[in-house]
Amino acid sequence: MTGSQTNPPQEPDRDTQGKSWGKVSGSTTVYLGIIVLLGFAPPFLSLINEPFYLDLLSRMLILGIAALSLNLILGYGGMISMGHAAYLGIGAYCVGIPAYYEIYNGFVHLALAIVLSGIFAFLSGIISLRTKGVYFIMITLAFTQMLYFTFVSLEEYGGDDGLVIELRSEFPGLFDTENNTNLYYCIYLTLLGSLLLVHRLIQAPFGRVIIGSKHNEERMRSLGYNTYRYRLVCYVISGILCGIAGVFLGNFTSFISPEMMDWTHSGELIFMIVIGGVNSLFGPLIGSMLFIFFEEWLSGITVYWHFIFGLMLIALVLFGKGGINGLITALFGERR
Amino acid sequence: MNWDLLIIQCLNGLQLGLLLFLLAAGLTLIFGIMDFINLSHGSFYMIGAYFCASITNLTGSLILGVVISLIGVLIVGALVEALLARRLYRNDHLDHVLVTLGLILCFDTAVHFFWGAEGMTIPLPPALDGQVNMGDIVIPTYRFVIIIAGLLVAGGLYLLVNKTHLGMLIRAGASNRVMVTALGINIDRLYMIVFAIGAAMAGFAGMLIAPITEASVGMGNEIIIIAFVVVIVGGIGSVKGAFYGALLIGLIDTLGRSYLDDFLKLSMPANYAETAAPALSAMMVYILMAAILAFRPRGLFPPATKS
Amino acid sequence: MKTKPKPKPMGTIGTALACAGLLLCSNAYTDSVKIGFVTTLTTPAGVIGKDMQDAVNLAVDHLGAKMAGKDIEIFFEDDGFKPEIGKQKTDKLVKQDDVDFVTGFIWSHVLLASRKSALDAGKFLISANAGPSKLAGKLCHENFFSTSWQNDQTPMAMGEVLNQQNVKSLYVMAPNYAAGKNMVAGVERTFKGEIAGKDLTKWGKDAQLDFSAELAKAKASGAEGLFVFYPGKAGGAFMKQYQQAGLVESLPLYTVFTVDSIALPKLQGANMEGVLGSRNTMFWSPDLDTPGNRKFVSGFREKYGKYPSFYAAQAYDSIMLINSGVEGAGGNVDDMDAVRSAMKQANFDSVRGKYTYGNNHFPIQNFYLREVVEDADGNWTSKIVSTVLENHQDPYAAECKL
Repeated sequence: MTGSQTNPPQEPDRDTQGKSWGKVSGSTTVYLGIIVLLGFAPPFLSLINEPFYLDLLSRMLILGIAALSLNLILGYGGMISMGHAAYLGIGAYCVGIPAYYEIYNGFVHLALAIVLSGIFAFLSGIISLRTKGVYFIMITLAFTQMLYFTFVSLEEYGGDDGLVIELRSEFPGLFDTENNTNLYYCIYLTLLGSLLLVHRLIQAPFGRVIIGSKHNEERMRSLGYNTYRYRLVCYVISGILCGIAGVFLGNFTSFISPEMMDWTHSGELIFMIVIGGVNSLFGPLIGSMLFIFFEEWLSGITVYWHFIFGLMLIALVLFGKGGINGLITALFGERR
Repeated sequence: MNWDLLIIQCLNGLQLGLLLFLLAAGLTLIFGIMDFINLSHGSFYMIGAYFCASITNLTGSLILGVVISLIGVLIVGALVEALLARRLYRNDHLDHVLVTLGLILCFDTAVHFFWGAEGMTIPLPPALDGQVNMGDIVIPTYRFVIIIAGLLVAGGLYLLVNKTHLGMLIRAGASNRVMVTALGINIDRLYMIVFAIGAAMAGFAGMLIAPITEASVGMGNEIIIIAFVVVIVGGIGSVKGAFYGALLIGLIDTLGRSYLDDFLKLSMPANYAETAAPALSAMMVYILMAAILAFRPRGLFPPATKS
Repeated sequence: MKTKPKPKPMGTIGTALACAGLLLCSNAYTDSVKIGFVTTLTTPAGVIGKDMQDAVNLAVDHLGAKMAGKDIEIFFEDDGFKPEIGKQKTDKLVKQDDVDFVTGFIWSHVLLASRKSALDAGKFLISANAGPSKLAGKLCHENFFSTSWQNDQTPMAMGEVLNQQNVKSLYVMAPNYAAGKNMVAGVERTFKGEIAGKDLTKWGKDAQLDFSAELAKAKASGAEGLFVFYPGKAGGAFMKQYQQAGLVESLPLYTVFTVDSIALPKLQGANMEGVLGSRNTMFWSPDLDTPGNRKFVSGFREKYGKYPSFYAAQAYDSIMLINSGVEGAGGNVDDMDAVRSAMKQANFDSVRGKYTYGNNHFPIQNFYLREVVEDADGNWTSKIVSTVLENHQDPYAAECKL
């Protein structure tokens, strides 16, 4: 008995598959509007002299990329990974460890992150993807815990205490990431690229196989697709994308520790996706923005803010099917 | 080789393993029968410890504390089942993960609110506070109590599952849910009983550990992950699997902490070995799980006739 | 392409953000001394943060809520026991609340992670507890001060005690994080005997609390003494297991920062008689007879009905140190040079009495051997036995280029 067999296919998927480039629905217009506004955020925030909100937005976008990458396997592929924070950690350590040896070249950092998160995704994917349902949840968690404890034991790189990154990644001749606005735009452009990539992947036949094997793997297999391979490729792409988000996270916080890979962070990424709406392209981004907004806002009100957060989670599942995406679609629109 | 030390460490491992079993047994039943992932199972562990600490401090009697708290946790478990979990059995695993994650936050914060952040101790009666001497082997009495209590609960659960009518239904539910429903059993009641018993066992584990450490906020959040590993290693729905899995993991963890640093010192500088060893022994548990899943994708003892 | 511009939801979010911003920044231009206090308020370690918070509030009371005639504004932030959260909160304090001083910091790893944010923003950073070796040595900074100690110092004092008591071999246990490693290094620095064994255990929010395996190893090692450092709730858990294992007689215990005023009432509640008489070293004690300490301890006991912990004492001093700086600058907080040179004098009634600052801005102070005793009212507390180190400076000061 596996997750994919007991669950009836959810309807909204069909729409995402069926959309073509030409038509833009009302909800998409709203999302695109938000994306455009995000592009104007730095000058606006410097105008009203609120540099802290730029930090907040940067974090939102970085985790937005991470949640987007997780949604590729979780939302479209039905692979619930409880270990995606591993890739954030890999990406961040790919900045921190070279920086420890005074290698600050950002291209080196990015290349390392892509290669290493790809390798980690590939190796863990080979084993994990043979399992289904809750076994998959647990084995992804196990791999992340192994990585977590590996970094805890790496005394040279701070162990449990983490590592302070003295200088951010340098992109000589391009831009200076020590400037927060530059870093923000760097993240912003990466986010745009990631959105485009995920959109194209899902529209392509590749995406159809992934979505198809979520609902009925037997059928896809009988159609001649090697679903295991498709899933593995999808898993690796997702890992690499999240690793890139990790590079930005490391740069942004200028500090890394194994804590970044804690299983609760993987849970938070899932939470973000569900707030925004599973199966939606923009949902994870909106979810991460709301998540961080609430986290920041509620934690300022009371030390007991986790209670409100917990209730929100429960209410979201019980009553809020489809997340914010469902709401926006209902308000603005027409899916067909 | 210091054989006395090895024996003591094996007993310590056994004690940890039995605590894990108390958590994992409920988890595996809830998992196997209702197909429900309960991440907040560790909250019952915490609640049990807090109930017991409060009542023991209030009445001055540990036995009274344990008995009343067991009833308390049973009720909390039944309430969580009736009010929340029951509505989610048909949903997918993602929903289970999220709701129970939310529940953890709520329980942790509520405990922080009502009992404060400082944690609570459970005073032990002097009779349990001493040590047991067996030649050169000296073990704290209370750790023996944990081992005996754990074995008793395991034995009781064995009898319950294998020799009673309720146990028959539980076994049937774990291996074939559809059939139990088809037989016209009051499935809602069965679910609630299983959930509450599971919660009570987790609460009991919390009560057992609190006199050694203390009742503290979030104490169940890390051990629950290990308990899940036990469930997966043992095979979902299998109480027997949970038992052997728990002992295996308890022993690996304890022996890893005891001997890994000496072992690592053979191949690396001493100061690196000292910091690497605790992390590596924690990691071994997960390596074991991944290895078992790679070769036996449904754990060591999967229930016999799982569809 | 159908385009229906609907700016509504973004508009509301924007308005909400702007409103939140206005609320949070409405006091940005008032004339007050602003202090950010980063500590742990959630998780079980929140009890330490609470003690520090209480002490800060007491200090503000004692100052009449004014520093050099200006109002005091304190922003408490919760680091959640996590370095990255601590750093985020520090960023928020310096960027959004525009505080003049950032202080607090229980944990060495949180302080190390947050250091850059505060110092790069040109703020004073004052540790009210953590004293990692890096900040005393290579990473020392003109705007960084400590009102506690450098991590190595207290265990160094304990090493001296062990030598005096003629302990030949020692088993060492500490949590595996920055401070734990410093504590171990500290005791090894002065202890002349043999280290029979060493265990560094998992720390953090999922810290290891069951020490059965380690205690068994310690006993089997045949060491003459057991040195431990377990702050917070781990300390209470350790003490219980130590007594339950029956090691009180055979393996005498020497602790630093493990048996404190937070753990003692709980240990007393659990009838852990073995704690009475146990010895530890520290720079301070509730019974230390100085004017500042008398006022602090009696004020604290009166207001909160319990003994203050050393965390509270240091937090109280951090506010008093800031006050001395602000007064020295005549209330002009922006004159950082004046504030700094005034603080460097340490010219205030510290709970530890008169002390001086070394080049790295860590206190040069006495360390005492203390014993756990029952006070006149039957409460367990600590009492000074003897002075172990006088005017002691940390060993990393030489590495600091200030």
